[in-house]
Amino acid sequence: MSDAITSIQETVNGNDVVLFMKGTPVFPQCGFSSVVAGVLNHMGVKYHSVNVLEDMGVRQGIKEFTGWPTIPQLYVKGEFVGGCDIVREMWDAGELQGYLNEHGIETPGMTA
Amino acid sequence: MPMQAEEIERLIREALPDAEVAIEDLAGDGDHYAARVVSEAFRGKSRVQQHQIVYRALQGRMGGELHALALRTAAPETS
Repeated sequence: MSDAITSIQETVNGNDVVLFMKGTPVFPQCGFSSVVAGVLNHMGVKYHSVNVLEDMGVRQGIKEFTGWPTIPQLYVKGEFVGGCDIVREMWDAGELQGYLNEHGIETPGMTA
Repeated sequence: MPMQAEEIERLIREALPDAEVAIEDLAGDGDHYAARVVSEAFRGKSRVQQHQIVYRALQGRMGGELHALALRTAAPETS
């Protein structure tokens, strides 16, 4: 397994919530990445972000890792949740908070 | 070389003959589209699986030739 895939596997296993994105949560460099980071920030979710623009190996490797062709990619408890479309669809359907809470992820930004 | 909406629709129909396909050109640059795809093939599948079916239909163009495709997928509503 390539170094990139190994490091991706370790990152995904070592953090409850991981967002592979272009740029950073504070300075997203792609509209789709900023939508997902924005939703997580709004919900107050603690997450580990990986700026794929800083490592071409990870940028390519992440697409092989899941067979998902685009960035951003969101992982919760080691499981691939989706990219921008799916996270936005879950948010629109009001499913995202429940999904995160069921997986033991706190969403303090979502006061009842 | 950006893609044309007709090309995207043709590829999706080839893989999903029963599909209802609606393509919207978001930016007029052949690179940013939205697509709504309704097909029986999606029934019982997770959203990730549904989107992967469409990505496979596009035969590797997603993320390369086609930079952005905002996807909405669903199975036909049972009457």
